[in-house]
Amino acid sequence: MPKVIENVGCPYCGCSCDDVRVTVSDDGKKVLEVENVCAIGTEIFKHGSSDHRIRSPRLRQPDGSMKDITYEEAIEWTAQHLYKAKKPLMYGFGSTNCEGQAAAARVMEAAGGMLDNCATICHGPSFLAIFDNGYPTCTLGEVKNRADVIVYWGSNPAHAHPRHMSRYSIFPRGFFTGKGQKKRTVIVIDPRYTDTANVADYHLQVKQGHDYELFDAFRMVVNGHGNDLPDEVAGIKKEKILEVAEIMKNARFGTTFFGMGLTHSDGRNHNIDIAISLTRDLNKVSKWTIMAMRGHYNIAGPGVVWSWTFGFPYCLDLTKKDHAHMNPGETSSVDMAMRDEVDMFINIGTDAGAHFPIPAVKHLKKHPWVTIDPSINMASEISDLHIPVCICGVDVGGIVYRMDNVPIQFRKVIDNQGLLDDETLLNRIADRLDELNAQGA
Amino acid sequence: MTEKKTLNMITQRAVEEGIAMEIGKTSKQYFDACNIIEMNEQDMKELGIMKNTNVRVTSESGEVIVKAVVARQTVYPGLCHIRQGVWANQVVPPRTQSTGAPQYSGFPVTVVPAPNERLKTALQLVQGAVGMWKGE
Repeated sequence: MPKVIENVGCPYCGCSCDDVRVTVSDDGKKVLEVENVCAIGTEIFKHGSSDHRIRSPRLRQPDGSMKDITYEEAIEWTAQHLYKAKKPLMYGFGSTNCEGQAAAARVMEAAGGMLDNCATICHGPSFLAIFDNGYPTCTLGEVKNRADVIVYWGSNPAHAHPRHMSRYSIFPRGFFTGKGQKKRTVIVIDPRYTDTANVADYHLQVKQGHDYELFDAFRMVVNGHGNDLPDEVAGIKKEKILEVAEIMKNARFGTTFFGMGLTHSDGRNHNIDIAISLTRDLNKVSKWTIMAMRGHYNIAGPGVVWSWTFGFPYCLDLTKKDHAHMNPGETSSVDMAMRDEVDMFINIGTDAGAHFPIPAVKHLKKHPWVTIDPSINMASEISDLHIPVCICGVDVGGIVYRMDNVPIQFRKVIDNQGLLDDETLLNRIADRLDELNAQGA
Repeated sequence: MTEKKTLNMITQRAVEEGIAMEIGKTSKQYFDACNIIEMNEQDMKELGIMKNTNVRVTSESGEVIVKAVVARQTVYPGLCHIRQGVWANQVVPPRTQSTGAPQYSGFPVTVVPAPNERLKTALQLVQGAVGMWKGE
């Protein structure tokens, strides 16, 4: 009899939906059906039980081909290279559970290297602004139950977080929001007329890269200087700014969700900084919160785990081992790659080959490259060693942190069929490194 | 027809790209989802670009051949969009303003018609960039 497993977590975006229903085969090896999941999540569960999954580590041979090796050999190869490297970098963790992220911290502390996560190319600038200016945030449950004005600024959840609007923000009926979408006002601020803008009450087509000015204009209005605004700011007419600011001021509970449109554009952390300042200003007259649209289901995880381990969420320099330090620009992955500072690269639970600017990939590839990832991807196809692992939420469970920093227990739904999970693999690498360090000492 | 015009490029996510990425980056779905540049129709006319034909996109850090389409999620004239991924990252400048995050959005590019150029696969682009491509 196929078995139905309820309340399964979906390992894709920062929504970390935990209401998925998965039907698995008799032998517990195949996913037969998934419900309550978006089109992207469906593909992850399908891929998890695909016959084409790589089940054995592969080492690149001198002729360029890949040869299957054992996990023991892969662990030895990685530990030896980490031991020899002067400044290895481990980067990724978009798709790793917190247990794996803690084990990774152990590896890089033993290796004396650099440890970084996908936030570095994503919401890293948001971290910098949050350090400077605070983070008046809330949980997604509060948004669902209380929010009557929703702002999406530089984010497109219709594409990047497919169930965000239906599960948390625009459509759900909550405790104080019993009429759902009918009683909510949705404002989308984006240079494109996105599919999210299509469901909004207001779309402000801001001139790309000029978000800071528009935030500043809103702050002027909220602080009582609306009449001094020029006729147009960042491509938006004064009347429109005044109208939308009035809606914001009169909100019972408002939330601003911001995404890559702010962190990837000119200004970076300053865009987030002023977004937080606007939230603070709005809190003088109403109740407002702000939240980063984190991209992966557990990309908030490394920020949390490493903050309690080392005191910093990303861009960690552990070259002095137990003495951690962080300085984005200096210790961030892409900057180090461009300065050719690292002499070994471990890509884990991400795909730097596809998602780093290609000049950075070229620099990293000059040195030994290990990919720890369940799938064939661009990183695995240029790496010297590819170690397949379990997929969190599919064949291994674990703790993940949702975009609002709420921890959720993900479940294992199918048998791992001999694959190691990140935590076990990394702890075994750390054990071997400890041995090598002890021998060398 | 203007010979050269600088456009402002942004690279962001799309659901088609997300689905294709989970199917696999070497899949046809990923190839189809990510090697397109979405443009404003007016820019395409000015630059002499026919719909659904290939163009060469050049930035300060590289160039790539992609297929030009009229953006369904519309962009205003002067703005263009390549979905995040392998093709976009051939032209994304690695400069980070000391934050760690590269300039994925808001960098100048030129787009010129290249109807006779062939699109490269993801593997060809990435392995090619690091000297590992063994195909044609």
